[in-house]
Amino acid sequence: MGPTDSRGRSALADPQERARFEALVMPHLDAAYNLARWLVRRDAEAEDLAQEAMLRAYRFFGGFRGGDARAWLLKIVRNVSYTWLEAARATEASTEFDEERHGAADATPESLAIAGAEHQRLARALEELPARFREVLVLRELEGCSYKEIAEITGSPIGTVMSSLSRARRRLAQALGAVGPKAKVVS
Amino acid sequence: MSCPQAEWLDGYFDGELDAARAAEFEAHLPGCAECAAALARHQALRAAIGAAGLYAKAPASLRARVGAGLSAGPAAASGRGWAWRAAGLAAVAAMILIGVSRLSSVRRDEAEHVAAAQVLDAHLRSLQPSHLTDVASTDQHTVKPWFDGKLDFAPPVTDLAADGFPLLGGRLDVIGGRSVAGLVYGRRKHVISLFVWPGDTSAGGSFASGSARGYQWVSWSHGGMRFWAVSDVAAADLEELARLLRR
Repeated sequence: MGPTDSRGRSALADPQERARFEALVMPHLDAAYNLARWLVRRDAEAEDLAQEAMLRAYRFFGGFRGGDARAWLLKIVRNVSYTWLEAARATEASTEFDEERHGAADATPESLAIAGAEHQRLARALEELPARFREVLVLRELEGCSYKEIAEITGSPIGTVMSSLSRARRRLAQALGAVGPKAKVVS
Repeated sequence: MSCPQAEWLDGYFDGELDAARAAEFEAHLPGCAECAAALARHQALRAAIGAAGLYAKAPASLRARVGAGLSAGPAAASGRGWAWRAAGLAAVAAMILIGVSRLSSVRRDEAEHVAAAQVLDAHLRSLQPSHLTDVASTDQHTVKPWFDGKLDFAPPVTDLAADGFPLLGGRLDVIGGRSVAGLVYGRRKHVISLFVWPGDTSAGGSFASGSARGYQWVSWSHGGMRFWAVSDVAAADLEELARLLRR
């Protein structure tokens, strides 16, 4: 196919659009990969999905009206990641997190204190949360997004963002052994 | 949690409460062991997440692939996995649509005639009871996100109530075997269907109009999208809508 064959490729023909994309959207490649990585929990797939999201963003860059480029991009990343998760759910017999692949959980209760949590144990606890909890934690704690941005990315009301974060934090703290399942408070 | 203030804990922790609410929450903390403990737990959790270095930075290989993909263009990009096959199929579908619009002028007229008939059919279908909208909202910020994940493109959604074309909602439709965005606008007592899909821009935003079975239609390209508006309003009204959407 020739260079002008495809529709919606006006951005390609325009070096200024390309430069604008590189200035506004490309700086958020890390954010795109980070969100995809924590949503699909697999490095290679996250790389594919982040690439797809970037190219999709490029294709529809004409529709970007300015504003929060990171949130705009992350919304696309989220969409492609959820599509992947749904497809994986449909094709795999088990939707459960692959225990064998990721090893068994650390079973020593003495080590289950948040302050001592190491990368692997925290990563695993995060990966075992449902996707809707993973995403709000990743967006808030790793990406530093505001509630407004998270609401825009996830398409939920701000109140839902706050309650999701609350439940996500509780679940993560429980997974790390910092709080009992009944939410008993240490006095 | 039994404390009625507990629902504000995360908003307070994240600095997202308005000043009055934050002050109220803060004032209750000294007397509430439950919330104080939860807040301390949140702080410990944040510190642990920060210290664990969980942020997954984009590998250099991804950066290179994206750079190459931008240069090659989306349709030429290739990669692993089903997603790329899906993207490939979408590209093929797009090519077929382009092919249709790039045939000789006679064939193009035919294609346009067929498309107009399909667009009109979709409009008439939507007028049947409870088919008008899948998402009924006058808020473009409600309608636009509703399409996320339902289409492989993001249709522009603009409320034109101030210009006499209030947005009524949106729906999914199929035109020529392709999923398209259907937006519904009001015009006085009439309903206008606006169909949007990624469209050929090479023809310089080619504007076309016509009528069939007592309905008017106009179509144009703008911002990489093809637009078809169809209604029983006057042709001038549709042309006005087209003008507003191309601003």
